[in-house]
Amino acid sequence: MTTLDQPTRARRRMRLPFSGWHLLLAPVAVLFAIPFLQMFLASVSPKSEINRFPPHFIPSFLSLDGYAKLFDESQILLWLLNTVIVAAAAIVSHLVLCSLAGYGFARLKFPGRNFGFFAVLATIMIPTQLLMIPTYIVFSRIGLIDTLGAAIVPWLASAFGIFLMRQFFLSLPAELEEAALIDGCTRLQVFFRIILPLAKPALATLAIFTLLNSWNDLVWPLIAINNDHAFTLQLGLANFQGTRRTDWSQLMAGNVVATLPLIVFFLFAQKHFVATMTFSGLKG
Amino acid sequence: MTRTAERVSPAASERRAPAPPARGARRRRRFREGLEGWGFVIPALVIVLGLSIFPAVWAFFLSLQKWNGFSPAESVGLANYQGMVTDTELQDAVLHTVLYVVLFVPTSVGLGLFLAVALNRRIRFIGLYRTAIFVPFVASAAVTGILTTYLFNPQFGLVNNALRVLGLPQQGWLEDQSQAMVVITIMSLWGQAAFTTVIYLAALQDTPVELLEAARIDGANRWQSFWSVVWPQLAPVTVFVGIWQMVGAIQLFDLVYTTTRGGPLNATQTVVYYLWQTAFQKLQFGYGSAVAYGIFAVTLLATIGVVLYSRRTRIEAF
Repeated sequence: MTTLDQPTRARRRMRLPFSGWHLLLAPVAVLFAIPFLQMFLASVSPKSEINRFPPHFIPSFLSLDGYAKLFDESQILLWLLNTVIVAAAAIVSHLVLCSLAGYGFARLKFPGRNFGFFAVLATIMIPTQLLMIPTYIVFSRIGLIDTLGAAIVPWLASAFGIFLMRQFFLSLPAELEEAALIDGCTRLQVFFRIILPLAKPALATLAIFTLLNSWNDLVWPLIAINNDHAFTLQLGLANFQGTRRTDWSQLMAGNVVATLPLIVFFLFAQKHFVATMTFSGLKG
Repeated sequence: MTRTAERVSPAASERRAPAPPARGARRRRRFREGLEGWGFVIPALVIVLGLSIFPAVWAFFLSLQKWNGFSPAESVGLANYQGMVTDTELQDAVLHTVLYVVLFVPTSVGLGLFLAVALNRRIRFIGLYRTAIFVPFVASAAVTGILTTYLFNPQFGLVNNALRVLGLPQQGWLEDQSQAMVVITIMSLWGQAAFTTVIYLAALQDTPVELLEAARIDGANRWQSFWSVVWPQLAPVTVFVGIWQMVGAIQLFDLVYTTTRGGPLNATQTVVYYLWQTAFQKLQFGYGSAVAYGIFAVTLLATIGVVLYSRRTRIEAF
């Protein structure tokens, strides 16, 4: 025991002093963790335990019945694929179009530039509810309703993205580009070879913003898509919830499929997620 | 501006030196630069403006019509707006939305401030605490909705079970008219606390250390120096976060759709939920557009009101 004691004591000295804040933060952190914990645990709970009173927070044995039924009875893999397609298209398009426009507004001089940028900023004030009805009518006229395209088009570019990229490009020193321009590079070459590689942090912020919004969007798919072959995960889950109200392990398995990719990504890129949240707060 | 001037001048002087047709060349070059600039911004601009300004203008014309999308539209002037005044269902929806705004905005701002202060220190496990509080930010409304109905299930939900263990009376939660909105508020807070917390954390880290030291030297305890030094510094952030959360709260829809669908007995029917039903279930595109303009107007007025109020109290938020 004494031999074990010594390294622990040495380590204890290295530790930061105990803070009273732990008494507060630990319970709060547990409270915040409970819904997701419940989600994972319920998704692997056997049916015999999930609707029982009093409830079992931790299942007595692991059961994958919920997942088996989910994959069997729903088109969850198709919905997942649809969501991945929507998010990928939205991210690629956002990164290309918003960085081009942001660069144009930050660095190039052309007539109507300020007016164009002001118009972009003004659109931030318009609530989405105002746009739903006309957009639905236009989309149904051009045959986009009930296709994945309906979920993709609204996320091809955004005022937030243009604004974010412009602010970033304004913060870069102009000397970099000047040298390249004098050496005979075209604007596009300068943009792709010199500017974009420097813009990685801003592009990461923009990619996360677009991923979260396009992956989690519910209102617009709900309005524009009624055909379950074109369902996104969120729409599929919301519909599924209506029809399987009590099949909790199956519903929770669906929740896990929809959330786990984002949670894993968050754990690996927490710093960038926090940057995204901070910036979306600064845009006002 | 000065940067661009510097960039232009060497090239321009080179061109001006040899030849008289400089003016035409310069004009051509300016034209080419203009095209180039528009070339960079036009794709994104067309999408962003095409999907916002154009539909917003069209929505105004729709709001002056009676139209279900199939039969010919009928022009009705301002009748849709007049109809809103006497629409009792809409007025109930407004009351429910106001209730949510009142429940959600102060608690989300307060919780964000509290969590930011708590998390703004170097102690053990702080990374773990932050992660636990921030992760729910990725939960979608559909996922949160399913979690809510399970956690707050009156028969076997975790929350009622916790009350039972503590010897407290069981509640109806989402099935109880007076509690359903409270449950929605709690779960909104769970998902969005990360946002207000992160904003306040960033602001706290910008608070000048000298001010705090000065306060300590003057004999202020931590509590006093927080309220008389840090809190005034945070005022612009508070105004901003308050407006931001208010605008979001006025537009509550997702979580209502995925938990109560407006029930029980319409207790959680918000304005946007009512708008969605009017437009996409009853296909009243004209009246729906008028309601949407109503939401726009209220959001704008509320925002302007808060900004003016903060100006008057000398908070430089914008």
